[in-house]
Amino acid sequence: MADIMLKTENLGISFGGLKAVQGLDIEIKKQQLYGLVGPNGAGKTTVFNMLTGVYQPTTGTFYLDGEELKGKTQEQINHKGIARTFQNIRLFNNMSVVRNVMVGLHNQPEFKCSPFVSMLRLPGHFDSEVRMRERAKEILKVFGLYEERNNLSCNLPYGKQRKLEIARALATNPKLLLLDEPAAGMNPHETKELVDIVKYIRDEFDLTILLIEHDMKFVSGLCDEITVLNFGTVLAQGETKKALSDPEVIKAYIGG
Amino acid sequence: MGYVSNVKKTFKLKYCFNYIGVAAFLVLMIILSSTGVLSRSAVNLLPKIAYSIILAVSLNLVVGFLGELSLGHAGFMCVGAYLGSYFSIFLHNYIDNSLVCFLISLVVGGLLAAVFGFIIGLPALRLKGDYLAIVTLAFGEIVRNVFKNLSFFGGAMGLKTDKIKLQSSTLYIVAFILVLVVLFLIQNLIRSKHGRAITAIRDNEIAAKAMGINVTYYKLFVFVISAFFAGVAGVIYGHYYTPILYSAFDYNYSIEILVMVVIGGIGSISGSIIAATVITYINFMLQNNLSGDLAAVRLLVYAIILIAIVIFNNAPALKPIKDKLNFKNLSAKLFKKKESTIVDDDVAWNRIESKIRMDELLSIDVKKQDGEFSDPDKPTKEGK
Repeated sequence: MADIMLKTENLGISFGGLKAVQGLDIEIKKQQLYGLVGPNGAGKTTVFNMLTGVYQPTTGTFYLDGEELKGKTQEQINHKGIARTFQNIRLFNNMSVVRNVMVGLHNQPEFKCSPFVSMLRLPGHFDSEVRMRERAKEILKVFGLYEERNNLSCNLPYGKQRKLEIARALATNPKLLLLDEPAAGMNPHETKELVDIVKYIRDEFDLTILLIEHDMKFVSGLCDEITVLNFGTVLAQGETKKALSDPEVIKAYIGG
Repeated sequence: MGYVSNVKKTFKLKYCFNYIGVAAFLVLMIILSSTGVLSRSAVNLLPKIAYSIILAVSLNLVVGFLGELSLGHAGFMCVGAYLGSYFSIFLHNYIDNSLVCFLISLVVGGLLAAVFGFIIGLPALRLKGDYLAIVTLAFGEIVRNVFKNLSFFGGAMGLKTDKIKLQSSTLYIVAFILVLVVLFLIQNLIRSKHGRAITAIRDNEIAAKAMGINVTYYKLFVFVISAFFAGVAGVIYGHYYTPILYSAFDYNYSIEILVMVVIGGIGSISGSIIAATVITYINFMLQNNLSGDLAAVRLLVYAIILIAIVIFNNAPALKPIKDKLNFKNLSAKLFKKKESTIVDDDVAWNRIESKIRMDELLSIDVKKQDGEFSDPDKPTKEGK
């Protein structure tokens, strides 16, 4: 048990009569890169929404590092160590790039500072503010966004916005990072760069990563294990190559 | 790391423009009134300008930075005016100096209004958008009607504050110093990690939650702080007018504060300051200059002026004229600097946001209600 980061047990949710996800059992080891794939509407993002507290699962439960997180709010789950990115980018559009990351750093204990300290501009405010900015710049350097740090995030090209989302999620210091289609809308060059970055941050920040992706090259190049979903149920599970060559999976993807 | 070096690292001159502007205005007024250039009625207007600025800036915190529409700001002011002044009258029995009473009751009135802000905010902030606006509107009406019916606050006759009333000539100086203090506190709040969290909630609540920001806490916090300053403005009002009448705090007044915020630019502090000053002054001029039969059309003229300002702010055809009058361009010409094209860190997003939010607020924004909230991955307008 000790080396399992995320464990779901019979996780499921239904919206009225629609069973969006059913009986999902996943075990993700620490520092593993795990993929969640499936055709459109298979329930992949719904799984993410359950794991981050946006939806409350109707059946089953899940554990992060041995701790049950079912029923917690989004904020609490983030504090416990799950951070995510979104399928359609959700940056703080009217803030600069560096500020987006600083919002991610908001809850880190080393930058703690009460609102009243900030309002009165006591020394603690300046101290935490300066250190926060330095830390945010360091994170941006990892993602190659340092030069753009003062641009508005909505002015970044699409690929960089995706990277910034990952950077912002990383700033919350998670144990488990959920990436929702990180390579969507990227060109092949950017995708390749992203693979390197994902591997790098996993090693550097001691992360476990669960990702949703449609790009099979990306998945097979990155993930050790995958789960294939279709219509909310598990179609295949296990080592990436084996799962992808499963006839059921091929049928679901190509049809026939 | 030294305190001074940290201060230097985060300091920018443009942060000080608002302080310099208000302080310069105050000094100018002191000079003008001491040389007798300002008429008595103009001096009488100054405290009103001061508390209007405090009201507009504190409402801007909710509307502009948190992105929630509140129509009950006059209600919080009403709490501050009645309870703060009542406390001041009570205190006057022990302390003979009205000014000291005033300063102490400022804090008390503000805190009591903040308590009301907390009580209202707790259930109301579960609501969003228009629903919150309606609840705050109702709150404002309830509060003033409660005070109307409490006999020890004078009932329908109003609370008599002759005992504690301050001369306008001293009150306006104190009031403008208070404006400076309020600006210091609110701008510092906005330009801190907490301000970032608040604007993050406005920009994208779902993402803010996913970043672990305690949305309820910050919404409540902003609501309480805003109510506190509205209460402070109410206490100034209580030491300025007598009697305090419940009818002054009707929802028209809440709307008028909102108009100041919208016309000044939602999310722009300096805009709120200027708009509060100008609108209060316009009101004053119309009241003084339209006499006799014309007095009947005062509100009509007022409305036409407001419409003209809004059109001037938004009409594309008038943009060249506006650009000529733009403060940034003027200063660029003066100092022969190139117009800065790089988007700067702090101010730019307020400008952009103010335009977006204005459209959203004016055409009632249904999208924000529930759809977006229940499904964080539903493609939005800008989703690709």
